[in-house]
Amino acid sequence: MNTLNSWLFWPDQVALSLLVLFILATLFLYAARMPAHNVIASLCNLASHAFRFASRWLLLTAEGLRQRNKVVLLAHGQAEVTSQIEREFERVTDLVRKELGEYPAVQRKMMDELTRIEEDYLKCGEVPPPPPEWVDALSSIANLKSGGDIAKKMLEDLQKSVQKIHDKTIGEYRRSYEGRHKILKGLMPVWRSVDKTTKQIDASMITLKSNAKTIDTHMGRYEEIRAKTDKSEHTLAISSFVQLGISLLVMLIAAGGAFINFKLIALPMSEMVGASDYITENLRTSDVAALVIVLMEASMGIFLLESMRITHLFPTIASMNDQLRKRVMWTALALLLILASIESSLALMRDMLIADKAAMLHDLATVAPVATDSLLTHIPMAGQMVMGFVLPFVLAFVAIPLEVVVYSLRTVIGVVLVMLMRGISFILRFIAMIFHRLSRILINVYDIAIVLPLLVERWVIGIRGDTKTGKTTDLKTKGA
Amino acid sequence: MKHTKYLLLAFLLLPLLFAGCADNRSHSNGVYLLIDTSGTYAQQITKARMIINYLLANLNAGDSLAVAKVESKSFSEKDIVAKVTFDRRPSYANQEKRAFNQKIEEFAKNVKGSAFTDITGGLIQAAEYLNEANPGNKTIIIFSDMQEELGKGTVRDFPIKLTGIRVMAVNVTKLSTDNIDPRRYLDRLSWWEKRVRDAGATDWMVINDLEHLDKVLGTK
Repeated sequence: MNTLNSWLFWPDQVALSLLVLFILATLFLYAARMPAHNVIASLCNLASHAFRFASRWLLLTAEGLRQRNKVVLLAHGQAEVTSQIEREFERVTDLVRKELGEYPAVQRKMMDELTRIEEDYLKCGEVPPPPPEWVDALSSIANLKSGGDIAKKMLEDLQKSVQKIHDKTIGEYRRSYEGRHKILKGLMPVWRSVDKTTKQIDASMITLKSNAKTIDTHMGRYEEIRAKTDKSEHTLAISSFVQLGISLLVMLIAAGGAFINFKLIALPMSEMVGASDYITENLRTSDVAALVIVLMEASMGIFLLESMRITHLFPTIASMNDQLRKRVMWTALALLLILASIESSLALMRDMLIADKAAMLHDLATVAPVATDSLLTHIPMAGQMVMGFVLPFVLAFVAIPLEVVVYSLRTVIGVVLVMLMRGISFILRFIAMIFHRLSRILINVYDIAIVLPLLVERWVIGIRGDTKTGKTTDLKTKGA
Repeated sequence: MKHTKYLLLAFLLLPLLFAGCADNRSHSNGVYLLIDTSGTYAQQITKARMIINYLLANLNAGDSLAVAKVESKSFSEKDIVAKVTFDRRPSYANQEKRAFNQKIEEFAKNVKGSAFTDITGGLIQAAEYLNEANPGNKTIIIFSDMQEELGKGTVRDFPIKLTGIRVMAVNVTKLSTDNIDPRRYLDRLSWWEKRVRDAGATDWMVINDLEHLDKVLGTK
């Protein structure tokens, strides 16, 4: 109220004072109209330009980042496809060396078998029985002009001998057929062998064809990557997202395993490093020691897989000569075995400590301890020991998803950053547009506040205009 | 060679770094239990054993526990029945707990009622023990009806010092006179609360229901 009074010329007459104040303010605003308009327009322009500039900068930066991401992504994709193609070629080489390398021998075998089949087949050919000689003799006798009984006797003798020969020929013919059947029967294993060999060659050819198709697919991808197409970039980016998701899921499961691992050794570690030492307010030294053991196991697993060339996180290990790399591999495996054995012992100790505490609580409760089945108590103990030994090796495999996370996270972060920068750029551009429009709105609002003097001004201009027009009309009339 | 030397130095300095990071504050618990053995209250020893069993079950390696009796003149080490600071290793701590329980069992069998009740003397003795042991959380549990009765010539009407110590009165039974006028009981508790708080105790608590013993180590 005091503030308001200080603005009033006559505090007793509020309405009059306010009216005078309003008139004075209006007059001031009217007088300062043009500079005020300029100031509003300049400020809004300044803000609009600043936001547009920032938006443009963000867009350019996002584009630069996208290009860099693309280069890295394509390079990584190219390396990946190259290794896949190399692997496929290795498979093809192995196949050719293993299966088709023996092709001359197989061919020779097949040729031999085919020759044998051909020979045997020829042997099986049906030999027509020799033309009966008695037909010629019979013809000669038939041609005799006269003969009488002689011819009859000759014919009877001939019939006898023909019957004899016929029986002999039929017998030979049957024996011959029997022999051919035997040969054909003997051909069956050879046919089977030929069939088997042909099938083997066929299977090898199918595998080779499938490998060739895979190589074709990989080559297609490789060519797309080499051409730096947006499609290949998009595919690789999507693949990175999927791989990251899968790897994170696997790592989450591994984290669950690590937690169980940690729980197995946290209590017995207090027996080794003491239960009453703290590193921070709530962090026990024994817990940290257990965590260090679990992390060391994971590290050894990473080194083991790295030295086995399953993962490629450390170029130093990858570039080692084979002898040194094998040494690293055996060292990592030995350390992992030692750590697993330690953990197994700690798991046993954990069971003993829990049993000891339970026994003590029974003593304190002064009631007879519950009889326990020894088998039932031994099963969890054995389970803990086995878990303690196995979990470090299971944890070792975390290196594979870790590698995928490391490589795909860069791409994913890059893509997300680009999207974020583009989003912010859009918002800034939108704000710039609002400021651009805002200057006109503010100028109009300013004019509304001084509408009365403006009306007067328009009225005066109108009168002056009429006067000028009247004068001009008079002059024109006079001139006419 | 130069690099190897620096690497070796770094390894040597690593423990110092960890030592610097370590939290040197004590996180252990120290509990001093005063058991009133005066008059008929001595019969409550079974309940006192419940408290001791609870403490033995829940105190961890590195914690301290002492049990002392409140007699006619309690400001004496002779009144301490058993005391122990548990080993840092849980297995050894369990053995110590068993031995401690054995001592308490023997004490419970041979407990004798005293003529007077010197709670203040017991409190001073408890504070002295806890300050020496210096655990992170210091707690004095008074298992008594809180009716102090001093023998002739025993001087206890002076300010005591219980800075940084939680004090709990457990199983504060009502006397026959309290039943006639409950204000006597309430006044008695108020008087002790004032005395303990004036002495600098961080907390004062009364637990009559032994089902709620979880409050004893509630700060953990």
